[in-house]
Amino acid sequence: MKKRILSVLVENRAGVLSRIAGLFSRRGYNIDSLSVGTVDDPAFSRMTIGVTANDWQTEQIMKQLNKQIPVIKVAELLPEDSLIREILIIKVSATVEHRREIKDLADIYKASVLDVTQNTMILEVTGSEKKIESFIEHIRTYGLLEMARSSSVGMQRGTASF
Amino acid sequence: MEGAKIIIGSIEKHGVDRVFGHPGGAVLPLYEALRNSSLTHVLTRTEQGAAHAASGYARMTGKPGVCIVTSGPGATNIITGIATAQADSVPLVVITGQVQRDRIGTDAFQEADIAGASEPFTKHTYLVQDAADLPRIMNEAFHIASTGRPGPVLVDIPVDVQKEDVQAENDPSINIRGYKPVFKGNRKQIKAAIAALEKSERPLICAGGGILCSGSRTPLNIFLQKTGIPVVHTLMGNGAVDMDLPNVMGMIGSHGHLRAKQALKESDLLIIIGARISDRATAGGHIFEREKIILHIDIDPAEVGKNIETHIPIVGDAGDVLIYMLKHMDFTKTWDWKPSRTPSEAVVPMKSSPDRLDPAVLLHHVSEKADSDAIFTADVGLNQIWAARHITMSGKRRFLTSGGLGTMGYGLPSAIGAKMAAPERQVFAVMGDGGIQMSLGELGTLSESGEKVVILLLNNQYLGMVRELQDNAYGVDCRHGVYFKKGPDFVQIAEAYGLKSAHAYNMESFGKILEQSLCGQDSWLIDCRIDPKINSVRRF
Ligand SMILES: Cc1ncc(C[n+]2csc(CCOP(=O)(O)OP(=O)(O)O)c2C)c(N)n1
Repeated sequence: MKKRILSVLVENRAGVLSRIAGLFSRRGYNIDSLSVGTVDDPAFSRMTIGVTANDWQTEQIMKQLNKQIPVIKVAELLPEDSLIREILIIKVSATVEHRREIKDLADIYKASVLDVTQNTMILEVTGSEKKIESFIEHIRTYGLLEMARSSSVGMQRGTASF
Repeated sequence: MEGAKIIIGSIEKHGVDRVFGHPGGAVLPLYEALRNSSLTHVLTRTEQGAAHAASGYARMTGKPGVCIVTSGPGATNIITGIATAQADSVPLVVITGQVQRDRIGTDAFQEADIAGASEPFTKHTYLVQDAADLPRIMNEAFHIASTGRPGPVLVDIPVDVQKEDVQAENDPSINIRGYKPVFKGNRKQIKAAIAALEKSERPLICAGGGILCSGSRTPLNIFLQKTGIPVVHTLMGNGAVDMDLPNVMGMIGSHGHLRAKQALKESDLLIIIGARISDRATAGGHIFEREKIILHIDIDPAEVGKNIETHIPIVGDAGDVLIYMLKHMDFTKTWDWKPSRTPSEAVVPMKSSPDRLDPAVLLHHVSEKADSDAIFTADVGLNQIWAARHITMSGKRRFLTSGGLGTMGYGLPSAIGAKMAAPERQVFAVMGDGGIQMSLGELGTLSESGEKVVILLLNNQYLGMVRELQDNAYGVDCRHGVYFKKGPDFVQIAEAYGLKSAHAYNMESFGKILEQSLCGQDSWLIDCRIDPKINSVRRF
């Protein structure tokens, strides 16, 4: 079993998301992450779906996805030749004496500061799952108050496109 | 044009001459358009009956069966019928009425999200939001239902869309970006298959229901004749192979023939055609007992490699692939090998109860008396296994049953639909006393239709197959919930519906009643009193 990321181009219509999600749940696979957004042509959406599965299961999922009529194309985003990003928005407690340190840490991770109050800061960071995990681990020491994390979006490098 | 007229016009245009349905308020405009059309409406007693009857009709005509039901409870009632068709790859176009558009999502009277609810059981679903989309959606629904791997398509139509007047352009061109089924098998792969076959010593063919729904029975049987390759079939493939051929080994699976299992075990190459190799079909694991090369031919790429590792996958129509193989094979070598051990499975009548019938003997007798192109439907349970094993599928006989979902109540309505599709052919419905009680109302549909179906009710006063499972799992004194203490008098019920009917207690009386039922134009229900102890498969 391995973590996989699938990129699925679908028709942008009501009911399509539940049809796709249903395919996974019906086979007893948990969707680790899912993000959906329209592409340049608003008739279509791209779903980036994270799932933990072995090779055989992944092949079955991809075949079943391909079988769906609203599905235009399916590809597995292999880590070697794709870019996969998440976005994290995180609120930490930040008293005046810690602000500088937090800002330095944020700079290392290319995180930006979205908001500052007397006692808190909200930061935003984009990156791979690993980078985000690592950022959370470091920032946690200041007192993690709240966080919102997106699921992955991704695409293949180079000329491959759909 | 009014939405309802577009829908009915589209059904007519697709060459379907009748629809099966049960109306309600949400399909009133459709029924009004139906009344003024060339279509025949068959009023079934339940929505599930409509789907099953449409399924029988579809399997015999090769065209999608069409059902029309109302919103809410009408729509939810048809789900089992839809799921049954999906499991057996039967093309259906199911039209459900829906509440008017501005009430969708308000829990309005008789509102159900049927497109959502039926989504796991359909090939595709539509919720129509604009009558102008109807010509396209109806065209697509028929196209999707009947091409590639056939299946049910549901079209949910709000009642105000049915009434809406639109400028309808009927553009028959179909372009669905995400749907391009592969018909033509890859030529290179087929050549690889031929090469592997020519190298093999003990090849075996496994024919599934895909042979029948692709209409490739003829090329398959020519192929079998020319090569002599032994052949087994699945439950759904019953009737795909002409049983008069010497190389027929019988049915595989949990209730299959020993010879078929032995052939599976001993083969060194297996060509699976139009079969999904389900858990029931592989029960016993005989496919895997010896290393072998597996060739899998199926129109649905998702089936290839799903349940069994395949060495040479061929995605395409069974007929296309078989015809190509027939053209490109060298037929100097033949393979008429036989399994080394060929256990005998002769039918020996049970002697124990002289006033009770033995289903095997009874069905052999029917098999001999029936026309060579008779259609048999079977319900689910022991009756289904007996029918599959003891009715010989020679000639153009067809066997319709619910193999994938195993839906009780399928046998009777599917027989009605099949008879309507092929009125010149004899139709028998083999039923259990449990299953017929799930579709009793359809006796009324049958009676009203004026079509003739002979119902062979194998009445053992038990939910026989569950009784057998309980006996095997927990012992014979641990049965629970499977006995009909007070079975009804089915003869009286049949007569009340206006059908001819009689009890049969032994082969002598059965033989006479059968003979009587075969003459004339009347439908019959023969209540055959079956020995309740007889199990699915008897081995000697
Ligand atoms: C709709 C439905 N409910 C329950 C079952 C489970 N089931 C399988 S076989 C069977 C018994 C069928 O009994 P009967 O119709 O009398 O036929 P027999 O096995 O006795 O021939 C049952 C209840 C089923 N297949 N379908």
